[in-house]
Amino acid sequence: MTIPATPGAGVAVKAAGVSKTFAAKSGQVHALDAIDLEVAAGEFVSLIGPSGCGKSTLMRLIADLDQPSGGRLEVFGKSASQARLDQDYGIAFQQAGLLPWRTVAANIALPLELHVPSKAERASRVAELAAMVGLSDFTGHFPDQLSGGMQQRVAIARALAEGPRLLLMDEPFGALDEMTRERMQTELARISTETGAAVVFVTHSIPEAVYLSDRVVVMSPRPGRITEVIDVPFGSSREESLRESPEFFAKVTAVREALHGTPVTRADER
Amino acid sequence: MTRLRPVLLGLAGIVALVVVWELYKALGPANGVVLFAVDGDRGSGIRILPRTHDRAMPHVWDMVARLFGASSGGDSTPMWQLVLAAALTTLGVAAVGWALGLVVGAALALVMQRWRLAESGILPWIVVSQTVPLVAFAPLIASLGRQASQGGFPWPEWMSVAVVASYLAFFPMAVGILRGLQSPDRIHLELLRSYGAGYWTTLRKLRLPAAVPYLLPALRLGAANAVVGAIVAEVSINMEGGIGRMIIGLASQGSSDPAKPWSPIFGAVILGLVAAGSVALLGLVLSRYRRGEVPA
Repeated sequence: MTIPATPGAGVAVKAAGVSKTFAAKSGQVHALDAIDLEVAAGEFVSLIGPSGCGKSTLMRLIADLDQPSGGRLEVFGKSASQARLDQDYGIAFQQAGLLPWRTVAANIALPLELHVPSKAERASRVAELAAMVGLSDFTGHFPDQLSGGMQQRVAIARALAEGPRLLLMDEPFGALDEMTRERMQTELARISTETGAAVVFVTHSIPEAVYLSDRVVVMSPRPGRITEVIDVPFGSSREESLRESPEFFAKVTAVREALHGTPVTRADER
Repeated sequence: MTRLRPVLLGLAGIVALVVVWELYKALGPANGVVLFAVDGDRGSGIRILPRTHDRAMPHVWDMVARLFGASSGGDSTPMWQLVLAAALTTLGVAAVGWALGLVVGAALALVMQRWRLAESGILPWIVVSQTVPLVAFAPLIASLGRQASQGGFPWPEWMSVAVVASYLAFFPMAVGILRGLQSPDRIHLELLRSYGAGYWTTLRKLRLPAAVPYLLPALRLGAANAVVGAIVAEVSINMEGGIGRMIIGLASQGSSDPAKPWSPIFGAVILGLVAAGSVALLGLVLSRYRRGEVPA
């Protein structure tokens, strides 16, 4: 039932000159300014930057949870709101956000209940997803009986429930301890390869971004804009050993310099 | 042991009440304590402690014995049977009032949650509605009911009592359900939005289940209010057969049979406990929605 997205077949996200301003007490806050970004189908792209750089805002615009103030934003060639209504993306937040009165299985089934009428089909899909995130033995548990890492796995399974071609993740491992976090990263790398979905991944961890991504988008605040895009050509096999390789450290250094160094002024910036 | 604990604490509370009652009765002055009394002017001054003689404060055991004795001497029906019948009548009327209040309260809460404007427009009036004194309000309802009866619409007296009970009961339920419907986190609301879920789906899958922990205390408060409302309304509308009328009716016999008026008072207390307890049973049925319970 997983809908495989063939990498290279089209563009998942296309932002052209996207900007976002919020009204605040002290006037207007420019959260995002002149964002140009393309995410190919099947591509893993991380958004990284200090707080206030608008990385979460950009993800929320793609998810149609907020609307851009200017520019054009397309998701799979459609408007963001059409893509949302078509269930083209799955989403996961920093908090797992599970419904406490539902079991693991029922939480994973929530999006399916809205769009898949057949109960048997839902059950088999839930079993498949629970196996994918390694929670087959816990489908009858309630969220308060699970550790933070397990809750986040349920949230990821829920995000993948409808086989989306795009996965949006807002610091999904931000609240986890380092050990759990690295294990979850390895699993996410495997899952994203398995499903072939494009991923837009918001994080403020440099190693996490480098380990997972095909490209790391570095952003700076006030106003939020893209300062640099760094390619991470490690291919689709992200083994644990990658974390200790010199190539990995080189990329971590590159991203760190892009974050801390003098921002490169681009020609199209005012 | 943990399950017995509340029962034991409840019993200890009753025992403490009996002890305080009897201790004061034994030690307090027979005519109570009155401040600023003027000599020769009967009834002047401020009574700060009640009289302790048997007519004002019967012994607890006398009151209990009276409850299980004959109602008016000889072989007449035992008092407790009369109290039980009256309490059941009032319970039935209060239950109708509670259900009516639940429907009205839930409808108001849904409307106020759906439209912000409605919340700011309606909520202050709901609060104001509770400041209207019941004793003024109840006869008005009763006279409207009588007019309806004369107009051919059957409107028995107990329906007026139920309406007054619902008037008191809907308030905590409307406020509690509103808070519950507004309780889902932003993350959950955004999740449902990301699924393309509309208002009704969000209500069914998220808002209603999330409201349950708020709903149960609201229903309990509503049940207690419905009982109080029914008793007060019985008295001010003069409906026969309920526990409220029985309390008033027996109070006049207080001087000759001082333990007797306490029987319907015990009945009213047990009535309130039964009403609140039935809601607690409802809580057991809905227990899975109470994970991560919020204190009310």
